[in-house]
Amino acid sequence: MTTGKAKPFSRRSVLKGAAATTGLALGSGAVTGFPTIWAQNIKDVTLRQFGTGVSNLNEVADKVKEDLGFTLEMTALDSDSVTQRAATQPNSFDIADIEYWICKKVWPAGNLQAMDVSKIKNYDKIVGIFKSGKLTPESTIAQGTAPHTVGFVEGVDGKTFADHETGWMTLIPTIYNADTLGIRPDLIGRPIESWTELLNPEFKGKASILDISSIGIMDAAMVCEAMGEIKYGDKGNMTREEIDKTMAIFTEAKKAGQFRAFWKSFDESVNLMASGEVVIQSMWSPAITAVRSKGIPCVYQPLKEGYRSWGGGIGLSKNLSGLELEAAYEYINWYLSGWVGGFLMRQGYYSAVPETSKDFMSADEWGYWFEGKPAEGEIKNPQGQVMEKAGAVRDGGSFYERMGHVACWNAVMDENQYMVRKWNEFIAA
Amino acid sequence: MKIKDLISASERTSWLLVSPLVAILAFFLLLPILTLVVVSFWNYNEFTFFPDFVFDNYAYLLTSPVTLSVYLKTLKFMALTWIFCTVIGFTVAYFLAFHVRSLGVQIGLFLLCTIPFWTSNIIRMISWIPFLGRNGLANSALISMGVIDEPLDWLLFSDFAVVLAFVHLYVLFMVVPVFNTMMRIDKSLIEAARDAGASGPQILANVIIPLSKPGIMIGSIFIVTLVMGDFITVRFMSGGQSASVGRVISNEIALLQYPAAAASAVVLLCTVLLMIAVMMRFVDIRKEL
Repeated sequence: MTTGKAKPFSRRSVLKGAAATTGLALGSGAVTGFPTIWAQNIKDVTLRQFGTGVSNLNEVADKVKEDLGFTLEMTALDSDSVTQRAATQPNSFDIADIEYWICKKVWPAGNLQAMDVSKIKNYDKIVGIFKSGKLTPESTIAQGTAPHTVGFVEGVDGKTFADHETGWMTLIPTIYNADTLGIRPDLIGRPIESWTELLNPEFKGKASILDISSIGIMDAAMVCEAMGEIKYGDKGNMTREEIDKTMAIFTEAKKAGQFRAFWKSFDESVNLMASGEVVIQSMWSPAITAVRSKGIPCVYQPLKEGYRSWGGGIGLSKNLSGLELEAAYEYINWYLSGWVGGFLMRQGYYSAVPETSKDFMSADEWGYWFEGKPAEGEIKNPQGQVMEKAGAVRDGGSFYERMGHVACWNAVMDENQYMVRKWNEFIAA
Repeated sequence: MKIKDLISASERTSWLLVSPLVAILAFFLLLPILTLVVVSFWNYNEFTFFPDFVFDNYAYLLTSPVTLSVYLKTLKFMALTWIFCTVIGFTVAYFLAFHVRSLGVQIGLFLLCTIPFWTSNIIRMISWIPFLGRNGLANSALISMGVIDEPLDWLLFSDFAVVLAFVHLYVLFMVVPVFNTMMRIDKSLIEAARDAGASGPQILANVIIPLSKPGIMIGSIFIVTLVMGDFITVRFMSGGQSASVGRVISNEIALLQYPAAAASAVVLLCTVLLMIAVMMRFVDIRKEL
């Protein structure tokens, strides 16, 4: 809350709200029978959280200290290192902030424990995507590792995923978004409507794709399908033949000089776009924001074939118990109670419980970010930088418009090892 | 009896003297390499690796066409970097050792050479990116001078950029040992050659280069090992589009395929050792040390 007057919520009112929430969480805790937490004890607790940079923000750690009293240590890593740590170093963390496809990969390693949803205060308000898989009752479920398919197990020690809501959640969803291609409208100068444009020779030497195999292959599949070259059974779980065909198309494009670079980290994608080295590429929402905040036009282009979506959540280490486990539940309840949601939604992500976040955003911010309405005043990011002027409309529109057009979720395939080998061959080609 | 005691006593002293070094090398060098070799025969799945005795890691590595193309690429980077570093390093060292007369100026200029190396090599590498980019300083300068009409794309995210960064990063490793050997060359040898009627190029070819060989060889070993093992320079300067052996290993680690990474590392280690063994045949660097 650094912006002062621009926000309708003063620090005091936010604190009060958060204190009330904490009180409520404690109160409801007493009812469901978990031990009372003594304020002086919890102050000594330190929880170590690691995850990708998107949600591992120091602002969140500071706010936890302020609202809950205990210390949250954040470590931000890239998705490969996150997977590695969750799978191989169970003693190095208390809370894992991972994506659902990573969860599918690392859950069988047995380093995480399932969460009892009866202790999650806002469980009922979590959006349907994470529970039944459907955003609205009419929605169809997209391809790939949809979060609800790896969201539940049969008990605290469950090793296999359940296909329905069991009361034991693997990850408590925190943030998610729908990804598409980022473009530089000033350097392209014409409308872009389809994923096929990534391989359009018009952008030879000015295109880029991300070099994280499990996500890159999805973007590649979206392109190949849009070109009509390949018809996939499930883009999130390709056959060897489908992988071969996809990589053949992209290898040919690479050899023809279509790509300027491949990026692996958020900053690289921002620099490629901002410097004009690349005019069309796979991109993440906050990277678009980062380019725009430099005063450079950049659009997160909605495409007719739909979005590639992803979701993340926090999981608990199997080593957590006693007071620390209670503190972790406390943290999760706080996470879903709105402040973090509001903070993340003002960066363009979505919160798992949007309605609680609404209280922590101004009506204009809520309208712009969630409802897809034109901004009435300036839209600022959580750090107070102006991102959009009055009248701007979010690329892709409202929450339901964007999350309702997900074509595929980030996934890990049965043929993952084969895919990774093929991807490496593509990079080395 | 007495003599025997004496020998064993002196032997004991030698063992004692050498033991700290043996212990350090065993613990920090031999043990890790041994672990690497052992793990390279282990098996793995998506999220963990476990003891086993399989040859799959080597079988895939040694039969995959990717391995060959990656090694060829890495060797190409290595050869180009070595050529440029040797030419530039030798020239700089020659200038410092033979053209600069006063010791004070020599030391001053030598320290000047090291100033860029006070920063991290990642920073030195990354600072090339805005310089070489499509709208970077190099391209805008060339366009405003009228040399080119369109920006040159191959300046950045290309093999050129990779080699340029390598040369920039590692040339000092050539300058230092060559300068060091040149400073030891007895100046009277050069005077004698001149008195005997040798021309400048002849002195260079017949006196200075042969006597600088150990320095060049030490510098070459540095460069060969550094370039063969690099992964980050290739990734950044090629924009992720070129592969090198180091990148393959780092990818395998990232994907939790530790046994495969260990196998790649063992093969790389053998390759580099082989290259150094060949280089050692040409020059006896022990003479220098």
